Amino acid sequence: MTNTKRVQGYKEFLLILPFIMLVAVFCYYPLYGWIYSFFDYKPPLPFSWDSFVGLKWFKLMFSNPSYLRQTFAVLRNTFAISGIALAFTWLPMFFAVFLNEIKFAPFRKFVQTATSLPNFISWVLVYSVAFLLMNNSGMVNSTLQNLGITNAPIDFMKSSDHVWFNMWLWLTWKNVGWAAIMYIAAIAGVDAEMYEAARIDGASRLKCIRHITLPSILPTFFVLLLLNISNILNNGMEQFYVFQNSWNRDYIQVLDLYVYNLSTSKPPVYSISTALSMLKSVVSVALLFSANWLSKAVRKESIL
Amino acid sequence: MSKMNRIKDSTLSDKILDVIVCIVYAVFAFICVYPFYYIFINTISNNKLSEQGAVLWYPKQIHFDNYTAAFRIPSLGQAAFISVSRTVIVTLLVVLISAFTAYMFTRETLWKRKFWFRFVMITMYFNAGIIPWYLTMMNLKLTNNFLGYVLPGLVAPFYILLTKTYIEGLPKSIQEAAQIDGAGIFTIFSRVIFPVSTPILSTIAIFSAVTQWNSFQDTLLLMTNEKLFTLQFVLYRYLQSSSSLSSIVNSSSGAAALMAANAQTQTSIRMTVTIIVALPILLVYPFFQRYFIKGIMIGAVKG
Repeated sequence: MTNTKRVQGYKEFLLILPFIMLVAVFCYYPLYGWIYSFFDYKPPLPFSWDSFVGLKWFKLMFSNPSYLRQTFAVLRNTFAISGIALAFTWLPMFFAVFLNEIKFAPFRKFVQTATSLPNFISWVLVYSVAFLLMNNSGMVNSTLQNLGITNAPIDFMKSSDHVWFNMWLWLTWKNVGWAAIMYIAAIAGVDAEMYEAARIDGASRLKCIRHITLPSILPTFFVLLLLNISNILNNGMEQFYVFQNSWNRDYIQVLDLYVYNLSTSKPPVYSISTALSMLKSVVSVALLFSANWLSKAVRKESIL
Repeated sequence: MSKMNRIKDSTLSDKILDVIVCIVYAVFAFICVYPFYYIFINTISNNKLSEQGAVLWYPKQIHFDNYTAAFRIPSLGQAAFISVSRTVIVTLLVVLISAFTAYMFTRETLWKRKFWFRFVMITMYFNAGIIPWYLTMMNLKLTNNFLGYVLPGLVAPFYILLTKTYIEGLPKSIQEAAQIDGAGIFTIFSRVIFPVSTPILSTIAIFSAVTQWNSFQDTLLLMTNEKLFTLQFVLYRYLQSSSSLSSIVNSSSGAAALMAANAQTQTSIRMTVTIIVALPILLVYPFFQRYFIKGIMIGAVKG
């Protein structure tokens, strides 16, 4: 009996083997490429084991003045952009809380649909929208001029001012409505009798929010905050890639984008780029597991 | 008496709250929707007026020349074909593969079930980075190859997790009944598991389709052959190019009538292509919103 079961188990494994192999090839095999960060590898020249350089690239990143300046600027941008987002982690929560206060259901549904729509638009399209609205003859400039606020068009896209804040604004425009849905569901789970009881005791709606709604969705907030903290190095590159230009480059280049830019610069610096992305991966995974550990310790619940 | 006052006060403050909340959300909803509306009305308005920034609230002198002109851009049709193909092919395969592997991971007889499940799931939390990934794709001859869009995304850990959670929530009896009738793995999968999992599978299908349609980075990294460019990538190039896109379109049209009022400008083409690329999402999202929401909810309570 156990023998036929084991044979059955092998058979079943063979059925998913092709998919296990796809995972192995596309997720595990590329990790082998991390060795390039210890070699002086210059594609298209063939890889040679003689070009071993040890920790040269890691040292270079932190000793060579021009790289050091770059690394410093990139880390500054990464932490600034992630930091602003982190400081506003509460925004979707309040968005959900006050959305829930709208009593007219069709309007509430409309707002929810409208505000979560941009989340499903690609960054290229977001950039396109930004570009078409903000350029010299775009809606923003023509409105400003019509109202007499400015005389000449302002080229918002070609500017090095407030880059971090602008990036945060676009990110919020894209995400806040969608991020709120988690909280909306959590609020829907709160016992309605608690509100009734509080109302009978004369609590105003703001008091209900403060003493009933917020405490009951705080665990959700805590989990998302931890995840945000562990993602502090992972801004992704797409948003910053599409928005970057020679005016804002010094402020928009975050770690993910820097890794890409290094690999496409002339001449490409594959080794340093790989070294950086390897460091980034290791730190991110470590952060994620510490966040998980913290969550387990405090809330007895895993976030992974 | 004092209690009466308190209730009265609170209802007044409640009303003020109502008004403020409604205004704030109306403004925010407007900010989210208006940009798409603005771009759309500009694509169907007189291009000269549009260029002057005179079209803000409603279309003026409606025409559809911009759209007919867009179809004359040779690269756009090819890009649309690539975008649609990858979206359809990958979505179909991802749904099938997620359903099947998820089902297999629920079978307790599977050899080293826990280990292989973790082997797949843990890949959600790390990646090798751009260059190792690019070199892998190059070694596998997947650069400048349509399969480069398809193969890497076929096994999606998150979707497998969603489906597995769903299947485990189903009553065991339906599977057991089929097993007693002597049904094999494939029969149970195709006759029982797959049909009853359609709620979660449609959620996965819609997420996967949006991801595929929006995908940009893989074209950027892998493809240099213009025949393999996607709509997203072509749009990005149009936004970047300072070359006169409009002259391509206008010269190939050859119609003198077009040159008069509605000659295509750089901006008019950019706007038209933007609408073409955004349209599938704008049309699909409002109707399928509940599927999207279901997806994020199940994802949130994963074990």
